[in-house]
Amino acid sequence: MYKIVSKRKLNDTMTWLVIDAPMVARKAKPGQFIILRTDEYGERIPLTMAGHDSAKGTIDLIYAAVGRTTMLLDQLEEGDALADVVGPLGKPTEMEGLKSVAVVGGGTGNALAYPLATGMHKAGIKVDMIAGFKNKDMVILEDEFKAGTDHLYLTTDDGSYGEKGFTTDKLKELIEAGNKYDEIVAVGPPVMMKFVCKIAEDYGIPSVASLTAYMVDGTGMCGGCRAIIGGENKFVCVDGPEFDGSLVDWDELIRRNAFYKEQEAEDAAHVCRLTGGVRYHD
Amino acid sequence: MINLKKVKNPMPEQDPIVRAGNFEEVAGGYTAEMAINEAMRCLKCRKKPCTKGCPVMVRIPEFIAKVAEGDFEEAYQIISGTNALPRICGRVCPQENQCEGFCVQGVHGEPVAIGRLERFVSDWHAAQEEAAQAAADGAEEDEESLESLLDDGVVISNGRKVAVVGAGPAGLTCAGDLSAKGYEVTVFESLHKPGGVLAYGIPEFRLPKDIVAAEVSKLEKRGVQFVNNAVIGKSETVDELFEDGFEAVFIGTGAGLPSFMNIPGENLLGVCSANEYLTRINLMKGYLPEYDTPVQKAKRIAVVGGGNVAMDAARCAKRMGAEKVYIVYRRSMDEIPARAEEIHHAIEEGIDFQLLKNPVAVIGDENGYVTGLECVEMELGEPDASGRRRPIVKGGSNFVLDVDCVIMAIGTKLNKLILETTENLEANDRGGIGTDTGAATNREGVFAGGDAVTGAATVILAMGAGKTAAASIDEYLGE
Repeated sequence: MYKIVSKRKLNDTMTWLVIDAPMVARKAKPGQFIILRTDEYGERIPLTMAGHDSAKGTIDLIYAAVGRTTMLLDQLEEGDALADVVGPLGKPTEMEGLKSVAVVGGGTGNALAYPLATGMHKAGIKVDMIAGFKNKDMVILEDEFKAGTDHLYLTTDDGSYGEKGFTTDKLKELIEAGNKYDEIVAVGPPVMMKFVCKIAEDYGIPSVASLTAYMVDGTGMCGGCRAIIGGENKFVCVDGPEFDGSLVDWDELIRRNAFYKEQEAEDAAHVCRLTGGVRYHD
Repeated sequence: MINLKKVKNPMPEQDPIVRAGNFEEVAGGYTAEMAINEAMRCLKCRKKPCTKGCPVMVRIPEFIAKVAEGDFEEAYQIISGTNALPRICGRVCPQENQCEGFCVQGVHGEPVAIGRLERFVSDWHAAQEEAAQAAADGAEEDEESLESLLDDGVVISNGRKVAVVGAGPAGLTCAGDLSAKGYEVTVFESLHKPGGVLAYGIPEFRLPKDIVAAEVSKLEKRGVQFVNNAVIGKSETVDELFEDGFEAVFIGTGAGLPSFMNIPGENLLGVCSANEYLTRINLMKGYLPEYDTPVQKAKRIAVVGGGNVAMDAARCAKRMGAEKVYIVYRRSMDEIPARAEEIHHAIEEGIDFQLLKNPVAVIGDENGYVTGLECVEMELGEPDASGRRRPIVKGGSNFVLDVDCVIMAIGTKLNKLILETTENLEANDRGGIGTDTGAATNREGVFAGGDAVTGAATVILAMGAGKTAAASIDEYLGE
């Protein structure tokens, strides 16, 4: 069993869990993900790790309680355990040869951008972090980004905190101001990543995007996570999750990610209304 | 006494209309009476051709003779002496190409129903064990006599550690044989449950999952350790397993990544691999309301392919409530690779076989959802490299099947993870892990078998490879 060592609320929807998973922690690297199952009846969902501690044998997960599984996860407290955690899966972030990067995170994506940005910074790469949120209430990891990167630019859509505007505006501004980046990393909602990668392309800067997709096994067996990269079908779980942003077929990705939305919304409604997220059969 | 009937005792089965609406096992199994009667059809030929057809070398005529005598326990001991998973083999082996394919009775009639007898004997034994266990749970006295019943081959450890990667048919067989010889075996499985294709692929109605669980727990009782959620190559490499004290490693990681056709529209919403569809239903129990895993609620489904996996997907689709289910296969019934029994069952359950048809595009609506599968008609030309007649497109024969879901069951590509993460491990010319006839790879102490070596094949061939590997490992470590 994979015990929850600590649980910390970051805001209304987002929570930071530290989970005992020595076999995963031993090998984990920034950019990799795990698949978890809350209990015997749960589905398998992928989550990118927000960090890990190999010595303690723990991994960090940050999630937004928005779907059925994350809502059930949210019901668990310190000392409770998850049924399954498997990983590390996917390829780690490529850092070789990089000197200066901009990491652009959007909303929940900032949780996944966190290990990337701080991992790159630790590896001696100059990191400008652009973290965008809807509003002040949604802001997470501000102190962590400040401490772990060279510069944090924080934006909110409504201007209630940090600078008003979108991450894409900020990115453009920084490039226009003469900042030189070897690479731009996008982590967030696909629509945001699409436009971040577009800007990178416009300025002739290589881009990397961390994709999320439906998965069952996470080891290449189901093919549910396929995405079109450079005109070819790739599996996000084993070929990714990070890909050259200029090669991603974004519209296709956005469409595929919406496949089970209706069924999930229905399920999530059941979680709330009927059981408050607690299993009624045990 | 010999039973001179030319045909097998029929297998009791659920009515096709009823069973197409449930996930319970289709075939009910022989009664003791039927089994004895069937066993008497064995001619006891001197050359025992049936045994030639068995990849795990079950002593078939000997166990059948015991069934005919009504000594089912002895029959079980004979089977389990060489077959670690008889309840599974009795259900999913393609006996018509193996043991039964060589049976002399088959020349002028139907062969002896060896598979059904194997299933009967092993189910009978399991029922005895279960009863003994229940009695043991109920009453604590009289422990000694019960212990002897439950003591199923516990062997004293020889203290030598072997790692098995993958808890599918190859790995379970290898683990079973090695533990019987006293090795301390640890099985690493990437999913959350052992069984491999037996757990995620083959549906409940062909192979009840409690049988798989029972076989696994039998191995556990013998001292085999199972570590789930361990992706060897990621969480730990093969080389690191040696550092951890394992003296030999068997790799039985299975077939790997699903193939797609590379036709237009294949990423539309409602197209998935059979692996995904079957895993959602079988491993994740998407057919039961209390489980969370979503399964697409499609009304009209086309399954592309003609193998056993295609039949499993089509028959699951029917049970998930689809009104119309097609099998789309590019050759004819003469070339179709699925077992005759599976095809027979699928037809009985109302699956519509679109033979000599090949998909050319998946068609979708403006929101990206599947609305149809465009196919062409095919005709058969000269035999190709596989010896089967090559299908050729009939010009101008395009038509559209009205479906909202397409399941691709056209095979798999080998997973490269172990090859990429194990130093100097060599591939074979098919891209699988290279081995000699004894399942040894080019790396000392590393053995491999099953689909990871051959590409997608059958449960019993994987078991045969696991058995060969266990013997080779024993020889290697015994030196």
